[in-house]
Amino acid sequence: MTRKDSLPVTDAHAVNVTGVSRIFSIKKKAAVTALESVDLTVAPGEFVSLIGPSGCGKSTLLRLIADLDQPSAGTIEVFGKTARKARIDQDYGIAFQQAGLLPWRTVRANIELPLELHKVGTAERRSRSTELLELVGLVDFGDNYPDQLSGGMQQRVAIARALAESPNLLLMDEPFGALDEMTRERMQNELIRICADTRAAVVFVTHSIPEAVFLSDRVVVMSPRPGRIRSVLPIRLGGPDDRSEHIREDTAFFDGVSAVRESLHGTPDSGNARGVDIR
Amino acid sequence: MRLHFISARMVVAPLLLGVAVLALWQLAVVALEIKPFVLPGPVAIADQFFGNIDNVWTASAVTGWNALVGLVLGAVAGVLLATLAAVWAVLDELSVPIVAALAVIPIVALAPVLYTMYGAGAETARQIIAAIAVFIPVYLNSLRGFRQVRPVHRELMHVYAASGVQTARNVTLPSALPFIFTGLRIASSLAVISALIAEYFGGPVGGLGKSITSAASSSNYSLAWAYVLGSILVGLVFYLVTLGLEKLVSRHRPTP
Repeated sequence: MTRKDSLPVTDAHAVNVTGVSRIFSIKKKAAVTALESVDLTVAPGEFVSLIGPSGCGKSTLLRLIADLDQPSAGTIEVFGKTARKARIDQDYGIAFQQAGLLPWRTVRANIELPLELHKVGTAERRSRSTELLELVGLVDFGDNYPDQLSGGMQQRVAIARALAESPNLLLMDEPFGALDEMTRERMQNELIRICADTRAAVVFVTHSIPEAVFLSDRVVVMSPRPGRIRSVLPIRLGGPDDRSEHIREDTAFFDGVSAVRESLHGTPDSGNARGVDIR
Repeated sequence: MRLHFISARMVVAPLLLGVAVLALWQLAVVALEIKPFVLPGPVAIADQFFGNIDNVWTASAVTGWNALVGLVLGAVAGVLLATLAAVWAVLDELSVPIVAALAVIPIVALAPVLYTMYGAGAETARQIIAAIAVFIPVYLNSLRGFRQVRPVHRELMHVYAASGVQTARNVTLPSALPFIFTGLRIASSLAVISALIAEYFGGPVGGLGKSITSAASSSNYSLAWAYVLGSILVGLVFYLVTLGLEKLVSRHRPTP
């Protein structure tokens, strides 16, 4: 695997979010606070999931990190740089809920798209895309067009494309949201393997509790209206080698799931009395 | 293109129907003794068509060339202006009433005016008429095409810090291409029709329109119909070529 060996600042966090708010002002209506004073750090190589009900601002937070949107207050640093600088320097790869492949390009050409845009030579592009096709298990589909692939395969192409420039940070916005449960679990296993290979930090938005627990080093539980971080739960399911299929039936996994669920719905002793908004 | 899905039945059935209609037509003309100035029979028309194949060919070449020049000019202008209107929304808003006005003008009615402007001996007027007729569908469809870029693709290009030119080449233009070619397909028939009808209003002789009127005025009705057949064939060629191009660029996209 080729990868960027030196980080811009050696001890910088992969992501550092400080006091970030995002307020959407809709014409002639009250402003909507999507995020309110959010603080979050992600260490290099760490897998962090953002989980919460719809409208809790988890996607907004990811879009802010990706510089697809600007915060109303607070600062966001990616490897010690502004989000804008990090985007222009291509310090992160991104995958959306929709695969978002260009239908007029072959699978291989889709994976090569970011390399092509950044003037990487043909030979190097070719060898990198071959490598990535192997990584996501689509060697035989390089010359196919996206419409000839299943949803799960398209999403794997999108992940390969996100990895094309060996980023040290992967941003993923519900990338498996549209997949069926079986495909989804297989994709999760593959993602763990890919992360172990590339040692990239991941910020992963999801609304599936088991998915967050299975994948993450830490799960960030968010609450809606206004979007805030309710709690950050460390998950200890062991390294990628231990985290195979059987862990889904392990007590540590169930403990993690219960912990996240309780945090999402409000803890039993304090939550019920105050009528926490449960979704 | 999925040609192999076209079964023999889909080809044979309309062919059989066509032959049956032609046979009935010929039968009716003979049995009911229909006069040629009302309706000549298909045999007489075919006879005139193949007897005057050189003249029909020359006339088709004249009209076809005018239509082609108009099609290219109108298409280039339509795509260019649609590009500008897609970039500057102001231009789009300004152009709405003008395009609406152009769309309701019976464009061939401009023919006599243009003939006086460019001289009755030149084909220019006919080509301009074809170009104006082509411009409207190409402009409207292209503009719509440029708005088809999916948000996820636009965000992807933003994430990759792609330049304006890169975004246009890799996302905007490919998204718009099927729409541009749909506009061209509609425009191709319009180009032939306008170039041909413009000939009715003056200008040099030699085209299909002039040939139809002169054959009819000298009471050679079968020959007039032979030229009509030539016009149909020219229109069909224009339509099929642009349809083929449209299918070619739309291969790997979900139909809009």
